[in-house]
Amino acid sequence: MTLGSVPSKFKVSIDRDQCMDCGRCIENCSYGVYRREGDKILIESRKCTACLRCVSMCPRDAITLTEKPVDYRSHPIWTREVREDIIKQARTGKIILSGMGNVRDLPIIYDRLLLDACQVTTPSIDPLREPMELRTYLGKKPSKLKFRKTESGDVELETKLAPNLKLDTPIMIGHMSFGAISLNSQLSMAKAVTEAGTYMGTGEGGLHRDLYPYQDHMIVQVASGRFGVDIDYLERGAAIEIKIGQGAKPGIGGHLPGEKVNEEVSRTRMIPYGSDAISPAPHHDIYSIEDLVQLIRSLKEATEWKKPIFVKVAAVHDIGAIAAGISRSSADAVVIDGFRGGTGAAPKVFRDHVGIPIEVAISKVDQTLREQGVRNEISVIASGGIRSSADLAKSIALGADAVYIGTAALVALGCRVCGNCYRNLCPWGIATQRPDLVSRLDPEAGAAQVSNLIHGWTMELGELMGAAGINSIESLRGNRNRLRGYMLDEGTLKVLDVLPAGA
Amino acid sequence: MCGIIGFIDRTKSRIDGSSIKAALSLMNERGSGYGAGYAAYGIYPEYADYYALHVFFDNLAKPKKKVDEILQQWGEIVHQEEIPTTPQPNMQKVHISWRYFFKPSEELMAGRMTSEDDVVTYIVMEVNSNVKGATIFSSGKNMGVFKASGWAEEVADFYRIQDYKGYIWLAHNRYPTNSPGWWGGAHPFNLLNWSVVHNGEITSYGTNKRYVEEYGYKCTLFTDTEVVAYLFDLLGRQHELSHEMIVRALAPPFWEDIDQMPPKEAELNKAIRLTYGPALMNGPFAIVVGTDDGIVCFTDRIKLRPLVVGENGNRLYISSEEAAVRILDPEVKNIHTPRAGEPIIARFIE
Repeated sequence: MTLGSVPSKFKVSIDRDQCMDCGRCIENCSYGVYRREGDKILIESRKCTACLRCVSMCPRDAITLTEKPVDYRSHPIWTREVREDIIKQARTGKIILSGMGNVRDLPIIYDRLLLDACQVTTPSIDPLREPMELRTYLGKKPSKLKFRKTESGDVELETKLAPNLKLDTPIMIGHMSFGAISLNSQLSMAKAVTEAGTYMGTGEGGLHRDLYPYQDHMIVQVASGRFGVDIDYLERGAAIEIKIGQGAKPGIGGHLPGEKVNEEVSRTRMIPYGSDAISPAPHHDIYSIEDLVQLIRSLKEATEWKKPIFVKVAAVHDIGAIAAGISRSSADAVVIDGFRGGTGAAPKVFRDHVGIPIEVAISKVDQTLREQGVRNEISVIASGGIRSSADLAKSIALGADAVYIGTAALVALGCRVCGNCYRNLCPWGIATQRPDLVSRLDPEAGAAQVSNLIHGWTMELGELMGAAGINSIESLRGNRNRLRGYMLDEGTLKVLDVLPAGA
Repeated sequence: MCGIIGFIDRTKSRIDGSSIKAALSLMNERGSGYGAGYAAYGIYPEYADYYALHVFFDNLAKPKKKVDEILQQWGEIVHQEEIPTTPQPNMQKVHISWRYFFKPSEELMAGRMTSEDDVVTYIVMEVNSNVKGATIFSSGKNMGVFKASGWAEEVADFYRIQDYKGYIWLAHNRYPTNSPGWWGGAHPFNLLNWSVVHNGEITSYGTNKRYVEEYGYKCTLFTDTEVVAYLFDLLGRQHELSHEMIVRALAPPFWEDIDQMPPKEAELNKAIRLTYGPALMNGPFAIVVGTDDGIVCFTDRIKLRPLVVGENGNRLYISSEEAAVRILDPEVKNIHTPRAGEPIIARFIE
């Protein structure tokens, strides 16, 4: 090899005057940045991922971290990233693996959408004094209702409602599997969603028995590897989600490295200990939309038509037509995952280049379903890059019924978005199965943090709606009149069906 | 802020428009001189079987020729004339108001469009979105809307409202806030025999509009109230919901109240909210709707706009202000204010 080493990404330094030599940094860093030699703590900056575990645990604030201490000659096209990717592949001849979501510096449409508020002509509504309804039902809805008169002259409902999930707030936690993340992470989130009156996904990792007490708030996933799926699993879930694709890596399957497959993961997923769990790109029984219909109906039949079935797809170019097809497949909800969606492990080229933004995908799906006259009959769940209550409100105004959050929930658990989830070394006890690391995450504390986040966003959403003179979530849904675009191009505004600010 | 009036005589005994005009003018403080209008039912007994299409024309050349063509394609014009008007010194005549009495041929319409009503709805949507210089603002049978920009009494005198006799009257004094003060933007809004007067602003307009558009309605008049007429037509005529159920869909009980209901009632209300969530109207409003068989009035769920109801025998009076009700009938009894979202429905006595 003639390539030599590339510059270190970060430089870690310790203020030796401040340092009390407690060694917490050594204990906490699972990446092996720190080691003790004699009476000195030595630093190997090259191993640092900027997970900030040491910084947050240092009792003296003695650690400093600098990004790019040595950089390349600046060049607008041959960026550091481009050059390093080439060097990596020249070394290995392999596909580059990455974690978390898209890192490219593309404009974020959410940040260029502005919400409305009432002034003078319409009073805003104070959620502290007036009812504010965020309750959301996910599942099939009738297109119209039929009533009949009883002999006594009372009006009775003739139409039968299909099973729906009742959410107290339109925020759910997306599918992150046991295996990709730790049991303590899942437990924290399960407790949080149960407390907040909402739901979370199991991911394609089965349902660990410790989660059974929260199963009424869990959506079980059936993905292409069918890991963890049996009738008991299906029956435990509040709803079932068929995962076709994922925003972080549309068109390809999943990969759980064998290092993460310990005994518990192996049992829950129903796969051999220590083996890589590789989900194929397509479901091997779904090669067309009619196959999807069969799988949906089989799952419904197996669970006696008692559970809503969701179908999750990555937001790709033709997402409108895809969602329309799904809407006619007896699915109860369609989940669209935008190109900023996170993941434990994805080929970098997919994570950063395949798929479309969730904002335009919501808009397109909502529009297509309306053209077919079925928008209200099927629920639309948006995910992939939702970072705040503002993103949530904008997603609903564009046409979503509810959202899944992923990375945001992990950040509430301690994640600092270092993007090394696939290495089984997560020092926050989240994306790892190493018992010593997992034990760092206390499920009770984690649950409180995640539930705080959901409550905070829920209150903010209520305030935003009240300011817009709206006291019920269904009146925000698809209400694009209450959005304006700022510095968005005409084409994007047209797809979003949103007026520019000032118009 | 706007002033609204609703009147019904349940025995179909008709009154002329003079007291309506007097009552509406009393509420000029709620208006701004940028729009007023009247709807009267029972005014065209001699043409009761035909659709009375009231049209604003920018001129009688091109736009009228186009509308004539469309109507002749779709049926028969039994009679047509300019709506008689008297010039008012402070009112500019922006449009020529025309009326057709029209008999549609329903056999021309394919697919789900089956009734005469569907043909007329199609014509209204077609003209209002595609014929420049023409707006059909009234399309019911034996009823008509008369509206323009101006003060309540000017618009009444312009259309000679005192010359019409009706058993339902709706009237509206406008203070435009969310759209320009143009003739088409004045209330009442009408489609077929549904007419709407509205005080308030519908914050859910974007959602409601996109919902009715799924069913082929087109919102072309730049005002939120238009969508209410289409919601009533969709839920009442196409989905065949009773007036009570329509109001329940548009201003449903809060979940916290539904949760307290007996199971059957709770299930019914839940079904309405799930099925008709996109029809739910948010924001402040007091609304009176004229229909085939009576009138319906209701307010938003937290009653952010006033509504007063009074009765006298077979007559029911509704207004934004009690004083206006007393002008309509000094002998009025049982004046009360309905609760938020509570429907007041008056039907004809057969």
